[in-house]
Amino acid sequence: MCGTCGCGTDGNGPVILKPGEQTLVHSHQEEHHHHHHDGHTHAHDHSHSNDQSHVHKHKVLEIEQDILQNNAVLAARNRGFFEAKNIFTLNLVSSPGSGKTSILERTLSDLKEEIPFYVIEGDQQTLNDANRIYALNIPVIQINTGKGCHLESDTVYDAVKKLEIKNDAILMIENVGNLVCPSMFDLGESKRVVIISTTEGEDKPIKYPDMFHTSDICIINKIDLLPYVNIDVNKLKNYALQVNPKLVFFEVSATTGQGMEAWYKWLKENRV
Amino acid sequence: MHELSIALGIVKIAEDETAKVNADKVTKIELEIGVLSGIEIDSLNFVWESAVQNTVLEKAEKEIIVIEGLGKCIDCDNEFDMENIYDCCPNCNSNFKGILKGKELKIKALEVI
Repeated sequence: MCGTCGCGTDGNGPVILKPGEQTLVHSHQEEHHHHHHDGHTHAHDHSHSNDQSHVHKHKVLEIEQDILQNNAVLAARNRGFFEAKNIFTLNLVSSPGSGKTSILERTLSDLKEEIPFYVIEGDQQTLNDANRIYALNIPVIQINTGKGCHLESDTVYDAVKKLEIKNDAILMIENVGNLVCPSMFDLGESKRVVIISTTEGEDKPIKYPDMFHTSDICIINKIDLLPYVNIDVNKLKNYALQVNPKLVFFEVSATTGQGMEAWYKWLKENRV
Repeated sequence: MHELSIALGIVKIAEDETAKVNADKVTKIELEIGVLSGIEIDSLNFVWESAVQNTVLEKAEKEIIVIEGLGKCIDCDNEFDMENIYDCCPNCNSNFKGILKGKELKIKALEVI
């Protein structure tokens, strides 16, 4: 299931790019279009045998199939791969402009001597974010989703293969900036991290509850701007906890570095 | 607009299932969608026509069974109706709950010919 399927035929499907490389790798392998059927299809023949002149071939297939099953199966495959190689994978989600890439840049610069990092960047268009990561000498793959508004597990699988990740690493997947659609699509990540900034409304968690409900970590970015913006951080946290009482918060500024140490500590403790 | 992804996923499953039983097309599709599933039914209806064009679902009647939300409070065991994913227990105001119903997003049945 892809964001804009018809992929390959209309040119709107996801495209995987590597900074410094000209080749384009189109993402959809055969398996993506293959479903695993486990024989739970029940065909009931609804022919009306008492009506000899009028035999229908109507059949009711009670398939009871989860619509997101294909994504879930491939996400499980990703997760198994990550676990086997001891790769700690984070799916970073937020609205556009919350500072996902800035937090990534700061984290990678500060920790890259200690921890091997890999990055997958998701955007509708451009290599801009991947180029920012590439400038830090971190292996990175850009996925351009075209018209698609979120990453799905099959595209991540292809990107992961191209990244050739070594064992015991951290993989950061920066999802498309969108607080709605990515919430429904498991990528096989270890933890989901939602980022919100102090320049956004404090009621965002209840306006976009699905994203906060499915996340494990909430990073509140641009905390250095608190004196200048009209936001009550406690209120924001309470709204978020109302949606998801298990959320863990970090208050940071990717620009000044404030609060980043606590985030690094969490990363180091949880990656094992 | 992830409803388009969802609609295209539905088309893919319907195409596969129809092919498996050598049927030509789907005359009716039954979907179960929970109110807490993250799908806007209006949006799904909006994209439906273009998603099913030239597929086995093109002429199919679509029936959507809406599943209401039901939560169970982890603190006091109270079961309660949920309209939003952030609804707290009306009995003890706890936010800790399990969602028993309302996250459904599935194709229940296809009628093929």
